[in-house]
Amino acid sequence: MKKTTEKRIFIFVCTTPALLLLTLFMIVPTIEVFRMSLYKWGGFSNNQVFVGLNNFKILWNDMNFIRSLQNSILLIVVVTLITIVLAILFSTLLTRENVKGGNFFRVIFYIPNILSIVVIAGIFSAIYDPTSGLLNNFLSVFNIESLQKMWLGDQKIAIYSISGALVWQAVGYYMVMYMSSMANIPESFYEASSLEGAGRITQFFSITLPLIWNNIRTTLTFFIVSTINLSFLLVQAMTGGGPDGSTEVFLSYMYKQAYTNSSYGYGMAIGVVIFLFSFALSAIINQITKREVLEY
Amino acid sequence: MKKQKKMSVEKLYRLFIYVALLTLAITIIIPVAWVFIASIKEKSEFYTSPWDMPKGFYFQNFIDAFEKANMGTYMLNSIMVTALAILILLVVALPAAYVLARYTFKGSKILNTLFKAGLFINVNYIVVPIFLMLLDADMVIRGRFGDGFLLDNLFVLALVYASTALPFTIYLLSSYFQTLPSTYEEAAWVDGAGYFKTMYKIMIPMARPSIVAVILFNFLSFWNEYIIALTLIPGPNKTLPVGLMNLMAAQKSATNYGQMYAGMVLVMLPTLILYILVQKKLTQGMALGGSKE
Repeated sequence: MKKTTEKRIFIFVCTTPALLLLTLFMIVPTIEVFRMSLYKWGGFSNNQVFVGLNNFKILWNDMNFIRSLQNSILLIVVVTLITIVLAILFSTLLTRENVKGGNFFRVIFYIPNILSIVVIAGIFSAIYDPTSGLLNNFLSVFNIESLQKMWLGDQKIAIYSISGALVWQAVGYYMVMYMSSMANIPESFYEASSLEGAGRITQFFSITLPLIWNNIRTTLTFFIVSTINLSFLLVQAMTGGGPDGSTEVFLSYMYKQAYTNSSYGYGMAIGVVIFLFSFALSAIINQITKREVLEY
Repeated sequence: MKKQKKMSVEKLYRLFIYVALLTLAITIIIPVAWVFIASIKEKSEFYTSPWDMPKGFYFQNFIDAFEKANMGTYMLNSIMVTALAILILLVVALPAAYVLARYTFKGSKILNTLFKAGLFINVNYIVVPIFLMLLDADMVIRGRFGDGFLLDNLFVLALVYASTALPFTIYLLSSYFQTLPSTYEEAAWVDGAGYFKTMYKIMIPMARPSIVAVILFNFLSFWNEYIIALTLIPGPNKTLPVGLMNLMAAQKSATNYGQMYAGMVLVMLPTLILYILVQKKLTQGMALGGSKE
């Protein structure tokens, strides 16, 4: 009898602090996001007016929001495609080919992942600077000044410059992920196929790719979530959404409305839309990419 | 003849592999190394080509960063917040993860689901509601005691860091606890140790590898984090990344680049040193634990 009371106390003491912190700083704020999206609540006046779905109606006609939507979708597509191709290419090279210094390359490729986004923003500001930047000066060394651009100043190019930084940041991370799942493929598969005369490319498409397909599918969800998040952190530290809104992304627009502009209700409505969007997009992509899981 | 041709294709392919690998390695090494080099350049050197090597070792940039740009204070703040947040996280998460992994009780299923659901909550969405919550609470406190203390408070910042890291940490720790055999606990109980003693003396020490992984991941994310710190600390008590961000914004109009790159080195160096020491553990841990974002 005494034992069960003691056990109860033990369980209570161990779980309560964690539950309290989780509730206070994660669950309540999440509920608040949804609740506040239904209110008109602006500025420093503390009166909240319930407006139902009105914030969402305004959102639909907000050209700045539409622009941030376009930019975010563009980034998700461009960053995912380039990063996936590079990450798979390099993970295949490092696992399948007997590369000298393979460990060295793996260590180097992962470095961008441990850097603060603020530092990455600083590095790419130094690279993209129009006069004293590394990139433009590099181009002038090879006498191809025609390729010199205002990398962050030109409205048409700025968003692609941002995607360059995001790819740079992500390749190593996904490469390590794919490498760990490629390492699980039994060597005998490759031996058997090469006896039958299959070359590298055939091997890649008929052994490697199908067997890591499930891993790739999982990372597609990561790509959506992390591109939405990291593009915000990067844009916030690097361009602030400029020039003239051309690099504004989902969450940076939300932050601008909710924090800088103090339109809390409207900002949270943006948050809800982004959340639903990323959720729906992940679900759709998950459905489209569904294949029969191959066992080995 | 045919064999020779095959050989040369093979050679070309090997060449392609190394060119590709080296290209990516260079695009990563050069910008990072360049920041280190730029941090010891003198002011006048920033007006020549960025590819020029520095003339000397201009350490004054670091002194300026510490004294004029306040980076010394920011660095201390960052060290304090990171250490405190990791400490809170471990004290709170370890017992919870242990209990959730080893005991079934009334409500254990709900608790497990709650913490799993927490994995899907992203900090960037909830940072403004957290700010508003603290602002409101400060308002109430100010009414009672004359001054609010929840915003601009490094301890609160550490508490928020620890809380937002809870779901992933508990997930990682409890999946490790599940792999430990229960014979150890039974032996401890037979010897008369209570629940608390069994946990602290036997089980938590056994979970050391996963604790190391937790400390590593969270050190990196707390040290590098800036959006929560930016929002919750509007006053002068900033952390290093936020201080660096301010410096970067200021340098766009002024032209004292040296301080800025010195500041970047200060943010990067601890993570780089840690990474070089433990890189194997980190990349392996990532393969085990999945995403850290």
